[in-house]
Amino acid sequence: MIVFENVTKKYGESIPVLEKINFLIDKGAFVYLVGPTGSGKTTIFRMIIRDVTPTEGSIMIGEWDLAALAKSKLPHLRRKVGVVFQDLKLLMDRTVAENVMLPLLMSGINEKEAREKAEEILISVGLEGNSDKFPLQLSGGERQRVAIARALVFDPDVILADEPTGNLDNATSFQILDLLKSINKRGTTVFMATHNDRIIEKFDDRVIVLEKGKIVEDKKKKSTAEKNDKKSPSSQKEDKSEKISLEKLAQGEKDAS
Amino acid sequence: MHLSTVAKYIRRSPYQAISAGLIMSLTFFAITVFAILTILSIRFISYFESRPQLTVFFKDSATRADIDLLQKKLESTGKTSSINYVSKEEALKIYKEQNKSDPILLDLVTSDILPSSIEVQALQAQDLSSLAIIVKDSDKVEEVVFQKDIIDTLVSWTNALRRVGLAVIAILVTVSILMIVTIIGIKITLRRDEIEIMKLIGATNWFIRAPFLMEGAFYGLVGSLLGGVIAIGIFYSLVPSLESFLQGVAIFPLSPLILLELLLIEIIIACTLGAFASYLAVLRYLK
Repeated sequence: MIVFENVTKKYGESIPVLEKINFLIDKGAFVYLVGPTGSGKTTIFRMIIRDVTPTEGSIMIGEWDLAALAKSKLPHLRRKVGVVFQDLKLLMDRTVAENVMLPLLMSGINEKEAREKAEEILISVGLEGNSDKFPLQLSGGERQRVAIARALVFDPDVILADEPTGNLDNATSFQILDLLKSINKRGTTVFMATHNDRIIEKFDDRVIVLEKGKIVEDKKKKSTAEKNDKKSPSSQKEDKSEKISLEKLAQGEKDAS
Repeated sequence: MHLSTVAKYIRRSPYQAISAGLIMSLTFFAITVFAILTILSIRFISYFESRPQLTVFFKDSATRADIDLLQKKLESTGKTSSINYVSKEEALKIYKEQNKSDPILLDLVTSDILPSSIEVQALQAQDLSSLAIIVKDSDKVEEVVFQKDIIDTLVSWTNALRRVGLAVIAILVTVSILMIVTIIGIKITLRRDEIEIMKLIGATNWFIRAPFLMEGAFYGLVGSLLGGVIAIGIFYSLVPSLESFLQGVAIFPLSPLILLELLLIEIIIACTLGAFASYLAVLRYLK
């Protein structure tokens, strides 16, 4: 679904922002991207929607080789990859419904149909009755949901969520995460950047750890059932996170776990 | 969708919209005035072109026999297509017709003071000089008037007018384009964040550009309507004065249909011009 192969990004002659990044994310997976500020998480997301192009290496999104993708096809890619931006990027002078409708109108769907679809999605993210409010009239968590609703509006194959819980309290963070989980259960690949350790701890999903532009760890945690089975020596042995060979990934092999 | 976006863009910066509309109005006011003047000058020249090419006025001493003799002499050259005799009485009739609204002038003039004349049409324009030599040789001839001289003078005047008009219009069109480029450019800069968001969530270039192009076309529409309607209104209010000033020169009435066509053409040109100016701004500011 998403394949990064030896991807490097440099701005001029400076130190690379990203260096030799290799990973493969399967369709329907839920993957966390973690790392300190400035480690390159947002750059990876921007590369996936080709807002930034790599200096070296190749990126495949489904069947699309991003290096070969014509500029005219870019809007199609961006409709297939829904993004929840770190700063949300909501239009503050438009209502919640108008924000969610916007991508639909861009694709030529008429206003009536777009509004119906937007209302439907707003209900699915728990924002019923908020359609005519402006983003500034909503709480942080609600605004996050609007951004998620907008990202979902085309039934994308992938959702990229860049720090969706960044400025939220724990309870709201878990609500947002539950929402992303439910979206993932419907078959949508979710790739989420976060530094919230509690979230990573709670769920047993794959975690890619970035540091200074390099992947330092790519692990698949064990399921909760296996965690509870800590007394079993064999379980204890397996409780260690499975590290995936980056070299194997570079060769295009799928997740070893 | 685009229309409501355009309406919103205009509502948010009304002074810029008014400036753009006014400069376009001024441009299309000048274009309309120039177009009407051109139509009138063409009619004016056509009127004189349809008049006899050579008019020979006779002295009072000239008898009808003298005139007939000269007429035959001209016909014998084979260079004339028609010769029309206008007697003193007929001249008075024409004078009365031309001045029917001014009884004082009618009272003062009798057929005695008007000269009899012949109106000569030549087969070819270059033969007029040789025909003129023949009539000038006659001692019965008072004056010879060449329509060609009048037409040449009119043509040179209208050409000068046309050049000045085109220069003024070229300047105004350039100013209008620059004004719209600047205004749309400012709007694009102000909406940079919104445009960026739209691009990131999958907007095509045309989806982003369309409202700006439509806004430019809208300024063109408003400007041409306002400028055109005001110019046509002023023209109609001046028609009675022009008619009495240009007595006898049949260039009126000017059909409202012609002016309507003119207005429609101007609207199309103005919308294209506005959209073109916006497109320049979009190319410059939306890379």
